[in-house]
Amino acid sequence: MGGDEQDRASRADRTDFPRPQRTQRPQPQPSATPLPPVPSRGPAYESAYDSAYEPAPVGRQVALIDLLDRLLNGGAVLAGDLVLSIADVDLVHIDLRAVIRSLGPDTPSPWA
Amino acid sequence: MSAPTRTPTLVYVYAVGRDVAALDAVARRSGATGHSGAALRVVEAQGLGALVCDVPADRFGEEGLKRRLDDLAALEELARGHHGVVAAAFDAVTVLPMRLACVYADDAGVRGMLALEAGGFSALLDSLEGHREFGVKVYADPRSVGSPPPAPGPPEDAAGEGAGGAGRAGGPGMDYLRRRRAQRDGARRAYAEAETMVQRVVERASAFAAAHTRHRPQQGALASGPGENVANLAFLVPGARQEAFTTAMEALGATRPGVRVEVTGPWAPYSFATVQDGAAHGR
Repeated sequence: MGGDEQDRASRADRTDFPRPQRTQRPQPQPSATPLPPVPSRGPAYESAYDSAYEPAPVGRQVALIDLLDRLLNGGAVLAGDLVLSIADVDLVHIDLRAVIRSLGPDTPSPWA
Repeated sequence: MSAPTRTPTLVYVYAVGRDVAALDAVARRSGATGHSGAALRVVEAQGLGALVCDVPADRFGEEGLKRRLDDLAALEELARGHHGVVAAAFDAVTVLPMRLACVYADDAGVRGMLALEAGGFSALLDSLEGHREFGVKVYADPRSVGSPPPAPGPPEDAAGEGAGGAGRAGGPGMDYLRRRRAQRDGARRAYAEAETMVQRVVERASAFAAAHTRHRPQQGALASGPGENVANLAFLVPGARQEAFTTAMEALGATRPGVRVEVTGPWAPYSFATVQDGAAHGR
């Protein structure tokens, strides 16, 4: 946090060494790449829509595994991670623990 | 329960924030939609706003979601849809990203959740304000160490190797053993270097980051790139230091053969949105 760190940071900024390839650019700014107009709802709609969040160049897309690390292990967990049935109560926090466990160190991922 | 002519819907929550007006603007942004193209909207309670959309109950109910989570393609679609909305929101205003698939029966359920969690959410939002998350992954890549040139003579400790059948002058058997040993040594060096690099990354990052946490090292079919991921770190970095942080991390990665450092982000602070992580890993 001190000045020394800042100095070293600016030295590094000169890129004296070959820099490692960044496989991921900063996440696409949705404001800079507005989504296409929303088509009317229909059976074919969803896939058309979802592809709008996937920029064409491979290098720009957030890697799925990085995303799953965050979306399955991170994110705010509500109300003590309750697993409640939709029929019983308002809160339906779907049990992702099965998936998360499969992402854990002891068992291979289901897609491994 | 609901009218027979209308498909029953549930309420999917993407993120929670305090600036309800800014969240509203995100929801109303032209072209911004949630899962299945549903309109985004904000549910408000206790001075907090939840960015939500209505989703069909058959696909987003417990059974429907479980089915989809078992299918990688469906999981990816869900995850990218979730992330798209969270990223758009976080780009505009500080929000707490929800874990994937937080679904409520109706708006009243969402309001109840906001009321219940208001204190914790506010504290988290305070700590996340102005910060972004970056991922730093350290890989051991033995192949990039490069095998040393063949030794001119037998290595000094060759006798101890038990390379019995190989010719003293370096027959094919001895060459093979030398190559194997070089590979093994290269791999060992790469892993040792990677371990050192992890320490250096954490130490160096502490100059920039407000907090850090670790994810499980990435393995399996989804893990791409050469080498083995030995550390999968996430750092919470204040806005002013983001550029310097990224530069410093990438520069570190360039300093050691056999080691690769990959930086991802900026991300919405998913990895720091859980109460436990925020408390345990804050510096």
